[in-house]
Amino acid sequence: MEHVAGNFPFVASALLIGIAFYIILFKRNLIKLIMGIAMMSSGVNLFIVALGYRTGGNAPIYTDVPPGPMVLSVPQALTLTSIVINVAVLALMLTMVIHTYRLTGDIDSEKSRKLKG
Amino acid sequence: MDFLVTHAPILIVALPLVAAFVIPLISIGRAGDRGRDIFSLAVFAFIAFLVAILVQNVHTVGIRVYTFGATAPELALPHGYMVPVRIIFEVDSMSIFMGIIVTTVALAALIYSLHFMKGQTGQARFYSLMFLLYAAMMGLAFTGDMFNLFVFLEIASIAGAGLAAYRTNMAEAVEGGFKYIVISAISALLVLFAIGILYAQYNVLSIAAIAHYMQYTTLDMIALGLLAGAFVIKLAGAPLHMWAPDTYTVAPAGATPIILAASYMSMYALYRVTFTMYGGQIDTTAIGWIVIIVGVLSMFIGVMMAVHQTDIKRMMAYHAISQGGYMLLGVGVGLAVLADPVALANYGRDAMTGGIFHIINHVFYKALLFMTAEAIFFRIGTRDTNKMGGLARNMKWTTAFYVIGALAISGIPPFNGFASKLLIYETVLKFSPVLSVIAMFVSLVTLASFAKVFYAAFTGPELPAFREVREVPKSMIIGMSILAACIIFLGLFPGLVVDNIVAPATNALIDQAGYINAVMGAVP
Repeated sequence: MEHVAGNFPFVASALLIGIAFYIILFKRNLIKLIMGIAMMSSGVNLFIVALGYRTGGNAPIYTDVPPGPMVLSVPQALTLTSIVINVAVLALMLTMVIHTYRLTGDIDSEKSRKLKG
Repeated sequence: MDFLVTHAPILIVALPLVAAFVIPLISIGRAGDRGRDIFSLAVFAFIAFLVAILVQNVHTVGIRVYTFGATAPELALPHGYMVPVRIIFEVDSMSIFMGIIVTTVALAALIYSLHFMKGQTGQARFYSLMFLLYAAMMGLAFTGDMFNLFVFLEIASIAGAGLAAYRTNMAEAVEGGFKYIVISAISALLVLFAIGILYAQYNVLSIAAIAHYMQYTTLDMIALGLLAGAFVIKLAGAPLHMWAPDTYTVAPAGATPIILAASYMSMYALYRVTFTMYGGQIDTTAIGWIVIIVGVLSMFIGVMMAVHQTDIKRMMAYHAISQGGYMLLGVGVGLAVLADPVALANYGRDAMTGGIFHIINHVFYKALLFMTAEAIFFRIGTRDTNKMGGLARNMKWTTAFYVIGALAISGIPPFNGFASKLLIYETVLKFSPVLSVIAMFVSLVTLASFAKVFYAAFTGPELPAFREVREVPKSMIIGMSILAACIIFLGLFPGLVVDNIVAPATNALIDQAGYINAVMGAVP
């Protein structure tokens, strides 16, 4: 049971990424597609944060550190960077969807499509 | 001067990054547009100068390691540490080779854009995004650790998508940009996931350190699959190429060549990962064949889709996919025989050289072709070849540049496409004759397709609608002639170029130990 609990974050991130892939591949609404990508990035971020967790470790704040091992904070730093980047990506995507809606009157990926062949 | 030599790697990435955010400030005010043009050119000329210094430096001293925040930039391993914990840039011949390509194309595109963009709204943002994309590409070429590879990949995606969707008044442009950002976001997340897997096992992010500790467990195989899949999407490899024609078609002319170059930065990342990071461990024959199959599929599907296009830029975009196949074919053959020293010396190394040489050739002539296509669009307002005709009468320079590009892409001597294609045919023939025949066939179809467009657009009777068409403005001609000059130079002196910049790049890819030792030298 303990084994399962330890792996729970990884199962959750795998589920998130799996569902996100389903949404990205099969949903035709562009907003939903963006939500799928947001979910996927959450899944990947969760995966990296979960990797960084060490039972009994301390936060690496040198000024007031309790005895015991400290955790290397690289995964947290990576996640923070990745969250920031994904905010930019999602914002850019949403602006493009707004433009698409204004120009074509639709956000269905089949109906708003202009480029073919 | 010493300062510039020492700090060239970081300056080349940092300067365009700063310039990207200064440009909108300069553009404010009445004299803004002119000031911005001059500022952009001056900054870029200085960056090109730094790249030249770094090329010379890497050529003489070998791999350059630049460590951030260290007392001396060469100090990759801090005292008392066994692994590189700092962020590093590692510049070897392959990185600087990509740097040369990107810088030349970006310079030509920048000059081309000066007149092309004149009078449009949002020019400041256009130049901002161009500098941002340039910084990201140079960062991708120089980075020595996996996480920054992800960061620069994302910056390149955001800037590239912004440029592709620059003409937001056209629904097509927004659609092309949106497709680009979606596939980029997905592939970047795959890369990040793979980085997580690698970090979980080795606790390092540096490419050299990961390569040093690489065990090639099942998890590493999954990571390799994710990375390779992500990069193949981004370089528009055959089954995953759907975004490329749309994005290349809609992007404004100054941006298309740079977005094209950005897709070959993903190809560089693919080579970096397979050769340098996994190099000695993987079953190179199997992976090599996968690369070859992706290459042949890209070649064939790309050219077959290109033949019947009526949109001139879309046709060129499909040819870009097809030409990407040649590069993968050449390098794939090299990878397939990497473990066999006799075959590698016999033809494998030359095949790789051909594949890598084709990157520089292709980026130059395809950038030129995209520019001529957009020059036509600039003057007559359509990209449909059925509506064109007799343009050679009034657009002599554009016609000449189109002919140079078309002959180069079809592999006609003495242009540069011939040099690299011949190298690929010869070496692939020794590996597998069938592949070589396919490559030659694709080249023939390419020639046919470009000849068709030439007759449709440039020759024939003068159309009444185009009687008043004039040649494009000077800066556009200068931008195109830079690339045309490069093409002719590469075509006339292929030996010189191969010996001095391409062959070192090939050797840098094969020499995995050299790359690792430059960072991990002190570690037993």
